[in-house]
Formats: sequence, C-alpha cells, structure tokens
Amino acid sequence: MSDIGSTTGAVLAEGMPGIVDDWSADKEAFHVPWGKAMMWIFLLSDTFIFSCFLTSYMNVRMSTTVPWPNPSEVFALTIFGNHMPLILIAIMTFILITSSGTMAMAVNFGYRKDRVKTAILMLATAAFGVSFVGMQAFEWTKLIEDGVRPWGNPFGADQFGATFFMITGFHGLHVTGGVIYLSIIAFKVYRGDYDKSNNYEAVEIAGLYWHFVDLVWVFIFAFFYLW
Amino acid sequence: MAHVALADRGQALSHPHSFITKYVWSQDHKVIAIQYGITAIAVGVVALVLSGIMRLQLGFPDTFSFIQPSEYYQFVTMHGMIMVIYLLTALFLGGFGNYLIPLMVGARDMVFPYLNMLSYWVYLLSVIILMSSFFVTGGPTGAGWTLYPPQAIMFGTPGAEWGIILMLLSLFVFIIAFTMGGLNYVTTVLQARTRGMTLMRMPLSVWGIFTATVLGLLAFPALLVSAIMMTLDRVLGTSFFMPAMVSMGEQTNYDGGSPVLFQHLFWFFGHPEVYIVALPAFGIVSDLLSTHARKNIFGYRMMVWAIVGIGGLSFIVWAHHMYVSGMNPYFGFFFATTTLIIAVPTAIKVYNWVLTLWRGNIHLNTPMLFAIGFIFTFIHGGLTGIFLGNVVVDLPLSDTYFVVAHFHMVMGVSPILVVFGAIYHWYPKITGKMFDATLGKAHFWLTFLGTYSIYLPMHYLGFLGVPRRYFAYEGIDFIPQSALDLNTAITISALFVAVVQIIFFYNMIWSLFKGKQAGSNPWGATTLEWQTPDTPPIHGNWGPELPVVHRWAYDYSVPGAEEDFIPQNVPESEVDKAAS
Repeated sequence: MSDIGSTTGAVLAEGMPGIVDDWSADKEAFHVPWGKAMMWIFLLSDTFIFSCFLTSYMNVRMSTTVPWPNPSEVFALTIFGNHMPLILIAIMTFILITSSGTMAMAVNFGYRKDRVKTAILMLATAAFGVSFVGMQAFEWTKLIEDGVRPWGNPFGADQFGATFFMITGFHGLHVTGGVIYLSIIAFKVYRGDYDKSNNYEAVEIAGLYWHFVDLVWVFIFAFFYLW
Repeated sequence: MAHVALADRGQALSHPHSFITKYVWSQDHKVIAIQYGITAIAVGVVALVLSGIMRLQLGFPDTFSFIQPSEYYQFVTMHGMIMVIYLLTALFLGGFGNYLIPLMVGARDMVFPYLNMLSYWVYLLSVIILMSSFFVTGGPTGAGWTLYPPQAIMFGTPGAEWGIILMLLSLFVFIIAFTMGGLNYVTTVLQARTRGMTLMRMPLSVWGIFTATVLGLLAFPALLVSAIMMTLDRVLGTSFFMPAMVSMGEQTNYDGGSPVLFQHLFWFFGHPEVYIVALPAFGIVSDLLSTHARKNIFGYRMMVWAIVGIGGLSFIVWAHHMYVSGMNPYFGFFFATTTLIIAVPTAIKVYNWVLTLWRGNIHLNTPMLFAIGFIFTFIHGGLTGIFLGNVVVDLPLSDTYFVVAHFHMVMGVSPILVVFGAIYHWYPKITGKMFDATLGKAHFWLTFLGTYSIYLPMHYLGFLGVPRRYFAYEGIDFIPQSALDLNTAITISALFVAVVQIIFFYNMIWSLFKGKQAGSNPWGATTLEWQTPDTPPIHGNWGPELPVVHRWAYDYSVPGAEEDFIPQNVPESEVDKAAS
C-alpha cells in the first residue's frame, strides 16, 4: 500500500490485467467527461425500463387466450386505392433512422467546431423527430377511429390496444423530450456557448440519447409490428 | 496527449451566501444529505407510530374502537412501504450516500450538484403525495406493501378510491428522484475520485453505497413499469394484471390479464431492493468495526467482491418470493439454488467481520455497540432466510409470522441498527459536537434487547402457523390461547422500543446545543472525511488543494507507526520519518 497508484496516461498492461488496471485507476474509471458517463449510466437504466415494457408485452401476448390481432392488417393504409400493410410504420422507421444519420453528422461537425453546420444538422434531426411524432399522432388517430382503445378493440385481445398505446406512447414521450433537448443544445451551439468553453461534448451527449431512442424504436418495431 | 482528469481541472465553485441558498435550495451535498436524512427519519417516525397502532390491535384486540379492519390494513401497508422505500432507501442512499461519497473519495461535491438538489426536492414531493393519501376519500391503500393485483385496485380493498392511485404516483415520483440522485452517486464514485484514490482503496462504505445505487438504477425500472401498468389498469381500465372476474356479484370489465406478471415485475425490483438497503449497511458496518476495533478490515478485497457478487446475484433470485404463487416447479428449483448461493458471499462477509474483531483492540463506543449488535441480528435473520429460500420449508412457513420475523430481523432491525451506529459515528463530523455516550449506550441496549423480544417470539408464532396480516385471531381453532398471550407480550415490547427512541432524539438535539466540541477526528479514523480542514466541513470540503491518497482506508495499528492509525492522505515518507 505504498505511494500513489497507477497514474493516467501510463502504459497499461495488455489483456485482462490491463482492464483491471484501467478500472482500478485513480480519479476516473472511464476517460470520458462526467456528463457523458452519466448519460451512459442513465441509458443503461432506461434500457431496463424498455426491457421491462417489452417483456411484459410479450408475456401478456403469449398468455392471453383471445387471438392477437394481425399487425400487418391493423397497421395497413389504403393509399390511392392500394392496400399497403405497414407502410406508415415503414416510413416512420426510415425517418427515425435517417435522423440518427443527421445526428451523427452533427457530432462530427461538433468535433470540428463548426458552429453553424452543427446547429443546422441538430435542428434537422429535431425536425425529423417532430415529423416522427406527428406521424405517430396520425397513426394513433386512425387506430382510435378504427375502435382501438386501451381497454379493448374489435380485432382481438384487449391487451393489444393497452400495450400499443403504452409502449409507443412512452417511446413517443422519449422522442418528444429528445426534440426539446436537441433544440436547446442546438440553440446553445448557435449562440456560441460551446465556442466560448471550447468544448462541444454536449452535442455528443445529446447524440447518445438520440441514438438510444432510435435503437429502442428498432426493438419496438421488430417486436410489435413484425411479430 | 495525456488525459487530464476532470477533478483536476480548475473549476470555480460559487459559494452561496444567503440563508436560502445555503440551507434551503442548497446544492451542497452535505446540506442535501441532512435534508434527506431529516425527511426520511420524520416519515419513518410516522411509520413507527403506525406499527405501534397495529401492535395495539394485535396485543389487545377489541379494546380500541378506532382501529377497524380497513384501517388496520392501511396501517400495515403504509408502515411497510414507508419503512422500505421512503425511510431506508432514502436514508442510506440519499442521506449517507450524499454525505459520505464526496468526502470519502476526496471530491468537492457531487459531479452535478444542481441535479442533486432537484433529487431531494422531488423526493420531498413524493413523500408529500404519499402522506396526502391519509387525507383523501377512502384513505391510503390497504393492499399490503406488495400491492398485488387484482385486490390492490378492486373496490372492497381499503383505499381503492384514491389511495392506490396516490401510492403509485408517489412511487413514480420517488423513482425519478432516486434516478437523479443515483446517477450522481455512481458518476461521482467512478469519475471524481481524488488523486491516489483507486477503486480498490475506497472505504467499504463507498463500495456498499455505490453497488446499492447501481442495483437501484437497474431494479427501480421494473417498479416504474409495474406502477405505470397498474395505474393504467386502475384509471383507464386496461387489463395488464387483471383477469376476468366477478366482483360483488358482477362481472368486471377486466379480461385476460396476468396477476403473476405483476409479481414477477414487483419482485424483480423487490429482491434487489433488499440489497439496496443491506449493501450500504454492510459497507458502513465494516468501517465501524475496523475503526473501533483499531484493526484493519479482514479480507478487504474479498469484502469488495462479496458486495459486488451479492449485488449481481440479487437479480436472479426474485421468484423465491413467489413459491406459493403458482409457477412451474422447475422455477422453484432454479430460484432456490440461486438463493442459497447468495449465502456464500454473505457468509464470507460475516466471517470477515468476526475475524476483524478477533484480537482487535475493541473500543465499545456507542457506534461499535450498534455494529456488533448488527452482526447478531444479521446472522439471525440470515439463517432464517436459508429456511425460507428452500421451497419445501417455505411452503408451510410462507405468509406466517415466521416470514414477518425473518424480514424484520434481516432488513428491518439490522439496517436500522447500522443507521443508528452510523449516525452516532458521524455525528461529531456532521455537527462538530460529541453526543452523550451514556445515553447512546442506554439507547443501544434498550433497542437491541427490545427488538429481540419483539421478533424472537414471532418465529414461534410462525411455526404454530399463525398467518400474517390478519386483523384478529380469536376463535381460530389451531391458534392456542398462548399464542394470543404472546402477541400481547410482543405488543408491550414493541411499544417499549418505540418509546425508547425518544432517548435518541433527545440525545441528538441536546448534544447539538450542549455537546462538547468533538474535534476533527475523535475516533482516530483513517478515512478522508475525518481529515477535512474544517469540522463540520465547509462548502467545497477541502482547502485550496484536494487531498492526495497514499494508502487504503484500513491502516490501523500499523507496527512502527507513531499512532495506531495512519490517515489515507499521509505519505509513506512521513511514516518512515516518524518510525526512524
């Protein structure tokens, strides 16, 4: 137990001893800013929330005795006389994944300290998010008109409406929160706050959150619409 | 480019000056810790009074007309929920976590003080919501602290009007508050330790609180999700947890839900919750034993890995609460096995505590008495846990007083003894004053022996098959008169222990004004919080320079050293100089 332990920047051993050394280093277990570490931990916690939601959904879907509605029929639209299953949700998913692309570009320009491009790309990401939530509102409206309610629906098991509104609603709240969050950070980028501190890490932290929300959507899409 | 740790970058701390910013809307982790602590203890006193009323009914049935069956169930429910969540979780993590983490790892504050402040005020909101349920139509919920559906939300259960909604809302708000605080605690431990403070040099208190917070961040999501789903069942009429059933002669609108799903979600939270309460207690008690036995903790690394191992295992044992709920029998086999495996790291910890005491220079100070008392109650409660972890033993014992005795010993009395021990231990640092040791020791002996006289007889009641959560036991053939007499005796002990706590409050308040000056390190402890330049520590904790750590937290009675302890921030060169 003699003098100061490993110092940062020193050459680390390889393999498992290296991981142990790194983790038992003083000051910082991960060489990232505090905010970024905290965001990762929050997202881990949030992952458990969505996992619980999706596991509960799978549980009720498998245990209900009434047949589950066929998602490709329920989520079909008729456009110009063509009956197209899952078309709206395909567009929504495409938009959300595109927004992840613009977000990644914003982070890239943030690293280059390009104030204007970063702000524009973040606003574009937020705009994609708004259109996603808008289409979700449209989808909800259509389902409600078709008679789907949280407590029952004409197509099959009661739990269909309950899980659908709960899980997509909870995800939609995450997207809405993300839009607000991105807009605030974009405004601060544009105002030059991060040029003054010479530190664009807030952009990347917001990006982490946004990518997470997109990733969760992929799971919701797979388990809810494609199953 | 070498990475510069954030803790080393010059960051201006603005020191608040007005009374409001200093003591009310404070961002100082020490003030927030005291706010958390006082609120948690205040709400805990409410729960203590509720338990006293319950015991009055059980000990002297038909004597008190103000205790009707529905009120009795409401008191049972509120007592359990308040004690587990709003007292113990909030006190260990929000109270001790907030106070000790930055001081023990050598940080100036939590990494995000503003978020930390919000955490307290949102917690206070959750407490207010919970307490408001006493004043709404129908009163608080009487569903039992486990809130099992369908009965929790069916009319006929007390508090089905508003109580259950407010309870779920309060839990929801509490989880938000906990998450804001918990993210801070974890990030501070991982990222803001001072120079030299490696993870394997941290005091075990920090390890316990840190691991418990990680458990909380991963376990509370399950409670959040089940609270949301049950709220929807109650308010919107969804059927997540509600099967088709007939209530009061009428078919309800519910159809096809799964009550067992709730139990799985609840206990996926509920079992880690036991360790959220227990792990900080494990950590703190290790530090108390080592300090007051003037001896290094036995097997430090093993203690750390035991804490982490117990934390990991606690996520795969939850269904041992559900042996009688109707599961596939193979589940019982799996969960009994994992449950019994937990006994291994737990036993390692107990052996290490005892071996720490062995041939130590034991000072029976008040905190030490509580720490040793904890070892007794914890072994006791732990052993009955092994009974209940086995399916075949659990089946006849479940829902009897044996279960009540078990969990009160292991997660009621044991953590509370540590809470008292910790308050006495750190009181001189928090207030700068010394408490009255005679009163403290009296408080210990009366509480320790008193709680034993409450819970030891309950094991016998459990073996007799006396069911828990009953309002009255008269006229039940298999319950003999002697069991009813025993209930009266338990009630007298319980009321006695409750009243005895006045000694504690009197001691704390009296010492605050009249206590002797404690000095900066009255126990001769090695950890960083005792090495602060000011007592009580001021905002920012340290002087202009952060302390530098040169050793682990347990250098007690080192041969050749000048004193019988070497603080963590004393370099090797000074020890050599003193020795030569």
